[in-house]
Amino acid sequence: MILLVDLCFRPRSLSRHEFVDPIAGILRRAGSEYEVVHFTEVTEDEILRADRIVLCGTALKDDLYARRIDLFSWIREFPKPVLGICAGMQVIAALFGGEVVPQPKIGLDAIDIFKETPLLGTPRRIEGYHLHNFGVALPPGFEIVAGRPGEVEAIKHADRPVYGIIFHPEVRNRWIVERFDALPLNEIR
Amino acid sequence: MLLGVLFSGGKDSVYACRRAMETDSVACLITMVSANPDSYMFHTPNIAWAGLIAEAVGVPQLNWPTAGEEEAELSDLSDAIAAAVDEYGVEGIVTGAIESVYQAARVQRICRELDLWCYNPLWQIDQLEYLRLLVLEGFEVIITGVFAYPLDESFVGARIDGPRIEKLEGLRDRYAINPSGEGGEIETIVLDGPVFKRRVEVLKAVKEYDNYRGRLIIKEARLVDK
Repeated sequence: MILLVDLCFRPRSLSRHEFVDPIAGILRRAGSEYEVVHFTEVTEDEILRADRIVLCGTALKDDLYARRIDLFSWIREFPKPVLGICAGMQVIAALFGGEVVPQPKIGLDAIDIFKETPLLGTPRRIEGYHLHNFGVALPPGFEIVAGRPGEVEAIKHADRPVYGIIFHPEVRNRWIVERFDALPLNEIR
Repeated sequence: MLLGVLFSGGKDSVYACRRAMETDSVACLITMVSANPDSYMFHTPNIAWAGLIAEAVGVPQLNWPTAGEEEAELSDLSDAIAAAVDEYGVEGIVTGAIESVYQAARVQRICRELDLWCYNPLWQIDQLEYLRLLVLEGFEVIITGVFAYPLDESFVGARIDGPRIEKLEGLRDRYAINPSGEGGEIETIVLDGPVFKRRVEVLKAVKEYDNYRGRLIIKEARLVDK
């Protein structure tokens, strides 16, 4: 089961249609089993049953998740694949000792993938949809997969299947969610 | 949260309004009245009837004129949204954008500049699932414009129902049209639905159609009790 974690400012908010439902739709159409839970309501049972975790994005003005990073501490110990999207990437960076930095961007822009990973594939340029006020500075133990220092687009933990992408794959890059869904559970690098 | 919905009276803005009403309070419906029938941003066929539909829904409408010139109309939209903040105290804006990055990114930027929340509750929704949802929930949606091959005259004025959705699905598979008209292939108007306190009855309408472009121009309509 894939656990989709809703990072919006309250459970069942209007924003969930925009930031959680599209990811759920991709997984549903791929025939995958998933459950949606708000970040303030995650239970131990859900974590134990989850094969992989997606931390979804939020609206631009939404920053409650950033003030409650303590509620995500369980992710540090989660041994299976994790994908943080936009706000979710910021959570991953904060959890692993990186910094969240002002870096506003709205709209489509080129993304240079320069390191091959099981998630994003071979180095090349793609176009992705951005909707964020903040980006991240690389946390210790992570490597930049796409973008560059000062404008990090995607990161991966060096030893674990923990990924963050700042752009929104549900727009024109649904293949990223499908590839995440297909990552082997024991993927190491 | 008090919200303003960008509202044309078409299915996407009406359904976005419905979703906003499920979680928040809709304080006003903002209608951009474009003088340009080919506006990049704003739905134009039958926009004059948006006021009647807003009345049927029972939410105040804020009408805002725009010449509809590319990019300049964004400044008009920003002014309209600022007026909604002043008049109705809205804290966020709701759009019916589904796939259009062009529209969504521009509204997001305006909201960011005005320090407002921005919601797109239909964003990336599967278009066929969405059409079926509209029917299932009891929305009466009429096609008021077709603008692409191979949409024939039978679509103009047709109600979106199960058989019509099947036809659109077939055309999507064969011709790659967007079944909900997200690419501008189809325009619609909503006459009734769960958020309507009264329904709209069309008394007189004229059909125009030529070479895969057609419109249903509503001449007379009224509100009737449900």
